[in-house]
Amino acid sequence: MDDLLSEFLTETGENLDIIDVELVRFEREPNNAELLTNIFRLVHTIKGTCGFLNLPKLETLAHAAETLMGKFRDGAEVTSEAVTLVLESIDRIKEIMAILEATEIEPEESDEALITRLKTMAGATTVAIEDADQTASVDADQAASASPASASPASVDPQPKPAKLERRISSQSIRVHVDTLENLMTMISELVLARNQLLEMVRQNDDSEFKTPLHNLSNITAELQEEVMKTRMQPVGNAWQKMPRVVRDLSHELGKKINLEMIGAEVELDRQVLELIKDPLTHMIRNSADHGLESTAERLAAGKPETGRIMLSARHEGGHIIIEISDDGKGLDTEKIKQKTLANKLVSQADLDKMSPQQIYKLIFTPGLSTADSVTNISGRGVGMDVVRTNIEQLGGSIDVRSRAGKGTTFIIKIPLTLVIISALIVESAGHYFAIPQLNVIELIRTRSKADYKIEKINQTPILRLRDRLLPLIYLDETLKLERTGNNNFADPDSAVSKSRFPDKEDIFIIVLQVGSTSFGVAVDRVYDTEEIVVKPMSSVLRDIELFSGNTILGDGSVIMIIDPNGIAQTITDEAVSSAYEETQKTEQPSHPAREQTAMLLFRAGGPELKAVPLSLITRLEEIDVNTIEPSGGRKLVQYRGRLMPLLSLHDDQQWRSEGNQPVLVFTERDRAMGLVVDEIVDIVEGVLNIEVRDDQAQGCLGSAVIDTQITEVIDVGYFLTKAFSDWFTGNASSAATGRGRRLLLVDDSAFFRNMLAPLLNAAGYDVTLAKSAREALAMKEDGVLFDVIISDIEMPEIDGFSFAESLKNDAAWGDVPLLALFSKGSQANIERSKQAGFIDCVAKFDRESLIEVLQETLHDAEEVA
Amino acid sequence: MEPAPETEDEIEYVTVYISDQLFGLPITQVHNVFKPEAITRVPLSIPEVRGVLNLHGRIVTIIDIRQRLGLPKQKNGQDTMAVKVEYKGESYGLLIDRVGEVLRLCRHNMESNPANLAERWCSASSGVYQLEGGLLVVLEVDQLLDFSGQAHAA
Repeated sequence: MDDLLSEFLTETGENLDIIDVELVRFEREPNNAELLTNIFRLVHTIKGTCGFLNLPKLETLAHAAETLMGKFRDGAEVTSEAVTLVLESIDRIKEIMAILEATEIEPEESDEALITRLKTMAGATTVAIEDADQTASVDADQAASASPASASPASVDPQPKPAKLERRISSQSIRVHVDTLENLMTMISELVLARNQLLEMVRQNDDSEFKTPLHNLSNITAELQEEVMKTRMQPVGNAWQKMPRVVRDLSHELGKKINLEMIGAEVELDRQVLELIKDPLTHMIRNSADHGLESTAERLAAGKPETGRIMLSARHEGGHIIIEISDDGKGLDTEKIKQKTLANKLVSQADLDKMSPQQIYKLIFTPGLSTADSVTNISGRGVGMDVVRTNIEQLGGSIDVRSRAGKGTTFIIKIPLTLVIISALIVESAGHYFAIPQLNVIELIRTRSKADYKIEKINQTPILRLRDRLLPLIYLDETLKLERTGNNNFADPDSAVSKSRFPDKEDIFIIVLQVGSTSFGVAVDRVYDTEEIVVKPMSSVLRDIELFSGNTILGDGSVIMIIDPNGIAQTITDEAVSSAYEETQKTEQPSHPAREQTAMLLFRAGGPELKAVPLSLITRLEEIDVNTIEPSGGRKLVQYRGRLMPLLSLHDDQQWRSEGNQPVLVFTERDRAMGLVVDEIVDIVEGVLNIEVRDDQAQGCLGSAVIDTQITEVIDVGYFLTKAFSDWFTGNASSAATGRGRRLLLVDDSAFFRNMLAPLLNAAGYDVTLAKSAREALAMKEDGVLFDVIISDIEMPEIDGFSFAESLKNDAAWGDVPLLALFSKGSQANIERSKQAGFIDCVAKFDRESLIEVLQETLHDAEEVA
Repeated sequence: MEPAPETEDEIEYVTVYISDQLFGLPITQVHNVFKPEAITRVPLSIPEVRGVLNLHGRIVTIIDIRQRLGLPKQKNGQDTMAVKVEYKGESYGLLIDRVGEVLRLCRHNMESNPANLAERWCSASSGVYQLEGGLLVVLEVDQLLDFSGQAHAA
């Protein structure tokens, strides 16, 4: 084929795709002048090039479309019909180009009908344009179709300018054949393997002269590899380009309002894989629109917003790209699936009865199944999911589905990034070696009875207690069902089977992994180095082993499996995931069964790091006009609701706003108020609060916590309150004396609450002792420690407050000590229950005032009786 | 010695012995024969997969043909060879006892599998030849490596 023609076809093809997307956007934003200019320019360019290459049919068509677009530019109303017509002509242009590509000449059929419609529409959308103009454009049309030669000068003129621009841009890039890149990639990975082998050899000799040059070689190889990898990768958005148009058309055809959201279009993917997923993705989006989303009437009846939502998202996760297509439609109908499966005799009734909803959903991938009642043009038989799955599996990927009746359905596609080179930790378990992606490794622990962590068992399930967190723990050899033979069994060399894997073993390694928001520990026998490895996808017969994401060849030539942390996480939380998958993407930490949720306010103050404070402590969020802030005696004050409120900043070098409003967090208690000045308020999130306290904790800070996957500094409000008013907690003199030095035991598993309540109680005059758990408290009891009053949290892991209280009922030492219960959420049932368990009374955790009062009352009563 | 070109009616087979049975693989499908070493076992894999190994930088999946065809397990100490084949762009090594000769046979002479042949064999074989020494069972790589129906049924 003529080079020129070939170039034309490729470039114009790309431009047509861009026009598609922009037109759909334009329909929604008809006032976007920039979009319009862009579209117009592209159509104009195409027209010009067609004239230049002597392609009269294309030129005429493009011209007619351009004329219509020109009307919009002149201010005509952008109607849905008009846009549809322009899109239709774009489609026809694509068709003609396809024929051109195949036959190198334009097709015979004329496009009179379409062109007439375009002209009519152009005529109809004229607002205040004179007839003369119209005739002029019609004349130009006729001239164009009659004599392309004469038309070309006219159309070539405006062209040189845009062409020049484009030439400048295009000279920065060149076209390379895909095969060339393929070869480059293969050679690079061979190079990496060879380098690894050399590294291995040099490692053996300590003082080899090869070390430095090899180090250089290694660096260069790494850089080379990175650069070449970039060439193969394209943003997944390229495969999504057509989607807005597809959804728009569907929306019209089906008479449903559909909104398409695309997130993560910049995530990069191998270009070949991109090509191959285009069709499956389109198919699934059509499915969602056609069968997933309900009609407008049905949605309104169900209390859903009128506009259905389809979300397309992509992200990288450990050597894979995860693409999700989700809709907020009616979800998969398990009954229908069951019926069709039975009708097509694919699964027996008995087997169906045993299946969980999750397993029933997976049935939609079975060949021969179709649950659409009617065959529609749009998505054919409604399900071709087995074909979709085959397509994806051919890429080495997998597809899964999650659904909730009435809420929606989500398809999750996972595709390996072939020829990816990652950093991985090499570990060994029961004589087998494995690689674990460094990306997911948070921490390495070597058990040698350190205080940091402990392996505990709850109901025979091993749990790792790491500082203040509880994490699920799995033993790699158990999960992979590895046999311990005589030479790799540590516990008892003579026993063929050892049920408890590391019972007496003092020296094992635990790797703490994190996948998304799930963390867990993996116990292995030994940990070796971190190495750069080439990820090779698993052979297709091994692909469905979810625990491995690929395999690799090590420097010594041996092949080892690469563990997929996601796969392991799945084995831990399988049930939890399917039920927790619902509305949001954040999954709760499954390892905290008895933890309460705390609402936190996230903000920034004096730096980009996120800070947090429990929402319930804050009285109000204010914006204070900086002009009302008065400096006085080294402090900043503001008149606030009839009193003077001091304003404090978290950091000394925090910048206060010099004009406008300053965001302030206001804390009040009785007649006092304090304002904490912040830079910006970011968000309010609810989650389980686990605070990690460091040894070198700065003042004013309780510790750090992972909130919503980000590391956040939790501030110590008490510190700032006492900074504002040194007697904040003690109030007036009398309340300082209420404690009278009585011994108080506070039992709460949350470091945060212990830290918050302790100063308060101390200030009230009590002699406070803290216990992290009921167990610790009971240990104190065994040691003979005595208290006048005990305050205990209810929601604690292992032994909860109720059990604790019950165990003290008839106790010799502590049986008569008054017990108070602390709740984060009070309820009538709880108060009843706590009274039954033996608590005298209950107090809400955040209600510091009533805590002191109730304490006072309780002790007063107790002493009266005594 | 250059092999004479096949005529249209003839197919060349690489013959192999597994458990004293003679099998044939079309020569076009066989890449080479090698002695498998350092096989890494793959935890949780189907029993037909013995493991994987590294052959000249390529990861090859080793298939236990005896398991696949339901033949008795190999006695310890018996030497094993492997035949390297390609399927769907991936490399596989089929475990065999020893290699036989390369035979050129006439297509016409291939007969369909006997009706009483076990299902496992039928699914992996496209037919048999009657030779002087016994029967040659023709193996089709595509079918041999199609585990989709079997997966965890065994």
